[in-house]
Amino acid sequence: MFRKTLMAAAAVFAIGNTAEAATEITWWHAMDGALGGVVDQITADFNASQSDYHLVAVNKGGYEDTMTAGIAAFRAKNQPNIIQIFDAGAATIINAKGAVKPVQDLLEENNVKFDINEYIPGVRYFYADSDGKMIGMPFNSSTPLLYYNKEALAKAGVDVPKTWQEFEEAAPKLKAAGYTALAQSHSPWIFFENFMSRHNLQMATGNNGYDSTDVKILYNNDALKDHWKRVKAWKDEGYYGYYGRAWGANQDAFVQQQVAMWIGSSGSFGGLRKSAQFDFGTSTLPYWKGVGDAPKSTFIGGASLFAFSGHSAEQDAGVAAFFKFLTKPETQYYWHKETGYVPITTAAYELAKKDGYYKESPDAEVGIQQLSEEGGEWTKGYRLGFYVQIREVIYREVDKMMNGEETIDAAFNTIEEEANGLLDRFNDTYSN
Amino acid sequence: MKRVQFEHSAVPYLFVAPQILIISIFFLWPAAQAVYQSFLLEDAFGMSSQFVWFRNFEDVLSSASWSRSAIFTVIFSVAVAVISITISLFLAVRADEVIRGAKSYRTLLMWGYAVAPPVAGLLGNMMFNPLMGDLYKAFNSFGFEFNHIQNANDAAFVVILIAVWKQVSVNFIFFLSGLQGIPKSVQEAATLDCKSAERRFWTITFPLLAPTTFFLLVINLTYAFFETFGIIDVSTKGSPGGATATLVYKVYVDGFIGADLGGSSAQSVLLMIMVSILTVFQFRFIERKVHY
Repeated sequence: MFRKTLMAAAAVFAIGNTAEAATEITWWHAMDGALGGVVDQITADFNASQSDYHLVAVNKGGYEDTMTAGIAAFRAKNQPNIIQIFDAGAATIINAKGAVKPVQDLLEENNVKFDINEYIPGVRYFYADSDGKMIGMPFNSSTPLLYYNKEALAKAGVDVPKTWQEFEEAAPKLKAAGYTALAQSHSPWIFFENFMSRHNLQMATGNNGYDSTDVKILYNNDALKDHWKRVKAWKDEGYYGYYGRAWGANQDAFVQQQVAMWIGSSGSFGGLRKSAQFDFGTSTLPYWKGVGDAPKSTFIGGASLFAFSGHSAEQDAGVAAFFKFLTKPETQYYWHKETGYVPITTAAYELAKKDGYYKESPDAEVGIQQLSEEGGEWTKGYRLGFYVQIREVIYREVDKMMNGEETIDAAFNTIEEEANGLLDRFNDTYSN
Repeated sequence: MKRVQFEHSAVPYLFVAPQILIISIFFLWPAAQAVYQSFLLEDAFGMSSQFVWFRNFEDVLSSASWSRSAIFTVIFSVAVAVISITISLFLAVRADEVIRGAKSYRTLLMWGYAVAPPVAGLLGNMMFNPLMGDLYKAFNSFGFEFNHIQNANDAAFVVILIAVWKQVSVNFIFFLSGLQGIPKSVQEAATLDCKSAERRFWTITFPLLAPTTFFLLVINLTYAFFETFGIIDVSTKGSPGGATATLVYKVYVDGFIGADLGGSSAQSVLLMIMVSILTVFQFRFIERKVHY
């Protein structure tokens, strides 16, 4: 009896489905709040634009939650078609051989024209393999930017610092005007990874980890250590505010005007426009003049979309159709405008320019300009295993540097040692 | 010769079956999986794996952050258990004495029980927010240089405070019912023999509460070991410098955020062993002193 009911229900369901004649594809993402609303809009637009596929977008929490959910679903052979994986988790999914279908193959198999050179330079190879084949489709791409409180800078009579040398001149004046000069929200991303990129320094052996998993981290170098020695000195002199590892706590200090300048993500722009009750501007990530060959382009942050393997050709075709829709200049421009994430293709950037968007809000262009700056040998990205835990190590050691529990040199020795231990483990796990 | 034989009936087994099934599915099976995983190096998506014997355990035990976390867990658990039991015993004894409006007092004291650990963590986080937290401001206005963002001891204080606050109401309920279970006749007899209320408490009431106290000690240690995860994740996330990361929190960070299955399985196996030893110790050595 029960079986019969079930079969009847299945039959009704199947008929219902054929009536719609649309193949359903699922997309698990990590965009909540306002960003989630934009994702829903893009999904609805895609569904309205064609009738062959029906895309269902599901928010699975934050980046880590989404990745964990994807891993669990894949292991249970119940994976979605598309999953959003953040920058630091890219190595985990790309090195799990066969878990995903390279985006480039997927598009080419489904006769979607693909040319990697249509993507802006900072984005192009970040989620590619060592041969330059694109594995993950860049989605929400951001880059660290300096936000400044215009009134605070005017009060102190200083200009926006382009370099850290200029910052060191401005900081005492800002302090005299009653402000802590600077805070930033993500030490590993801003003051480690992007420090290396901005100064064109090698981050890890093996071509920043793209060529091999048998690699060593190169953080324990004088340029980076000197930077952190200066940061510690700024903190001790009251020029640098350290509000812990939480992103929000450091941003709040800027929103509440305790801190005159704050380094966050280009993707923070939209939210900041709503929360900050004062006039603020954006500028490029400062660099040390004379260190490496700064200034070079920064890395992107954010996340990309991966197509899980193990789905029917029909569903894969739907994924390709969606990726085609997503990379259209109009979609990218909409996404860029609503969220502050950078447009990932040159065509979308041109469209935004042509539409006069940057005349109307010039600050929105800084992120993409920074990513389009001249690239160097070490600015295309990194691919390091267990990098999420390496970031945890960095967070931990930054706490210790800032509260004086450890010297800068000791903290960097620990970072090097523990990061290399994690890289070894990753190599042993994934290389066979 | 007549053999005594009991009738074996399937009925009792039928009654315990659901419980056994639940324990097997939700505890024994995952525990066995964890033990198995702890001997493997396997990529997160399960595409390849290899058997590595004790490599994961060696890596965990040789890591400085694990040792630090283990030490913190012990300090944290003992502090949470002892402090919350002490406070709630005091409150229960006082509430037991109240006659007028007793019900309202008791209800108010039990309220905290309804608060989930992550919510407690969130509340604590807001009260200790450096920019707007009232407790943060209050402590600093008393002249402490209180800064849990950077100072490890202050951070430990914050998580212990939240965890204790959350647990006091649970303990309170048990102590109160324990107190009300002490026969009136015993109390009256004690009052005739001894005038000092304090002495009566330590010689009569406290020993009679011993079973409750022992039970709560076990429950509270388990709580501090495992359930405070939500509090830590929402408030400090183990910072500064890993000073407030308990072992369970580390398992979560390495396993769920870091996708290192073997390493985090090895950590949970070690945790299982530690808790088993602790439980055996409690029942063998402390329970002996308890008179039911």
